[in-house]
Amino acid sequence: MLISIASGKGGTGKTTLALLLAAAHSNITLIDCDVEEPNCHLFLQPEWHGPEQAVTIMVPRIDSDRCNGCGACSAICLFSAIAVSGKSALLFDELCHSCGGCLLACQQNAISEEQKVIGTLMTGTAASHPGIHLVNGTLKIGTPSAVPLIRRMKQESLQLTGDILVDCPPGTSCSMVNAVKGSDFCILVTEPTPFGKHDLELAMNITHLLQIPTGVVINKSDAAAGDENIEAFCASRQTPVLAKIPHSLSFARQYAAGCIPVEFQGIAVSIWQQLTSEGGARA
Amino acid sequence: MKIAITAHGEDRHATVDSRFGRADHFVLYDQEKDTWDTVPNTQNLEAAHGAGIQAGQSLAKTGASVLITGHVGPKAFKVVHAANIAMYSLGTLSGTVEEALAAFQAGKLTLIAAPNAVEINK
Repeated sequence: MLISIASGKGGTGKTTLALLLAAAHSNITLIDCDVEEPNCHLFLQPEWHGPEQAVTIMVPRIDSDRCNGCGACSAICLFSAIAVSGKSALLFDELCHSCGGCLLACQQNAISEEQKVIGTLMTGTAASHPGIHLVNGTLKIGTPSAVPLIRRMKQESLQLTGDILVDCPPGTSCSMVNAVKGSDFCILVTEPTPFGKHDLELAMNITHLLQIPTGVVINKSDAAAGDENIEAFCASRQTPVLAKIPHSLSFARQYAAGCIPVEFQGIAVSIWQQLTSEGGARA
Repeated sequence: MKIAITAHGEDRHATVDSRFGRADHFVLYDQEKDTWDTVPNTQNLEAAHGAGIQAGQSLAKTGASVLITGHVGPKAFKVVHAANIAMYSLGTLSGTVEEALAAFQAGKLTLIAAPNAVEINK
């Protein structure tokens, strides 16, 4: 089963929940798709299986001797990654989406492709939890899109059997969409604040569009703060609230020290039970 | 020689626009013929990325050899520079297109020799 953990709002506890769920499982792969700031490895202290692998995308390369400045490449590019100015085409590879359209459009054979490194990928096994395998991706600073790296990381998981958890980046843009895409179930982590609720709705709209069965976990749960607002909203969208993780100073202390606390393991076990019966019901 | 001035409106009485990539119009003055022309730059006002690149290409097509504007970003600079168009800065000038042209002809405007648009984290 492929389970994604997303939120909309940042800082609601995606990584916390991903780690809690992973620690309550005997053999699982955790993919840290928050490639702009991956941090699952800080808690898992993995023994890496090998050196980091470079992840590349294809970008065009222009042979200015062959280019006659006709502009066919620039006209086909939806992202303005190629401009024709002066005698030949100018490339802005940071805007390129690797579609290859310019190669087809060029009648002068002036465009070829070359690889550009956008990030690195590493896999490892947690030293403290030998049942947790980690796929870690790190986006190169300044790279505009995390999507190709996230896709590459999820490809890695296709060769695996068993349960997979995807710790998604926050937000509801391309990187989040690609991280949740293809999952059997998506857990949206929220907090009982107006911000948590607002962004939960946005994220839920995405999982609805992608037709991914969705459940909600209310983190930093506090009856006085507005749990019932979230619960009423979830009820209106026929989306189950899988669990509530209460505010806990002792949990926060251990987490801040880089440990996966055992405090809410019971909650994690109960979520797994609901996921297995939910998955079974839909299968 | 054709001189292009970024403007909020379509003619020489329009206010200058300090933006290049997302300028509303390029108002063009042909020095030899003493005529005015205008090219809209609206095709990329909504673009998330690459507005400067598109604007640079549109400008290159007009045949202008001088550009008078406020700020040119790094990508736009590359495109405009490749088209051999000299860029001049409006500086603190915020009047009409005609006033900007007069300032240029009086030699009061400085050449933009490197991208001068504000860019975050660079």
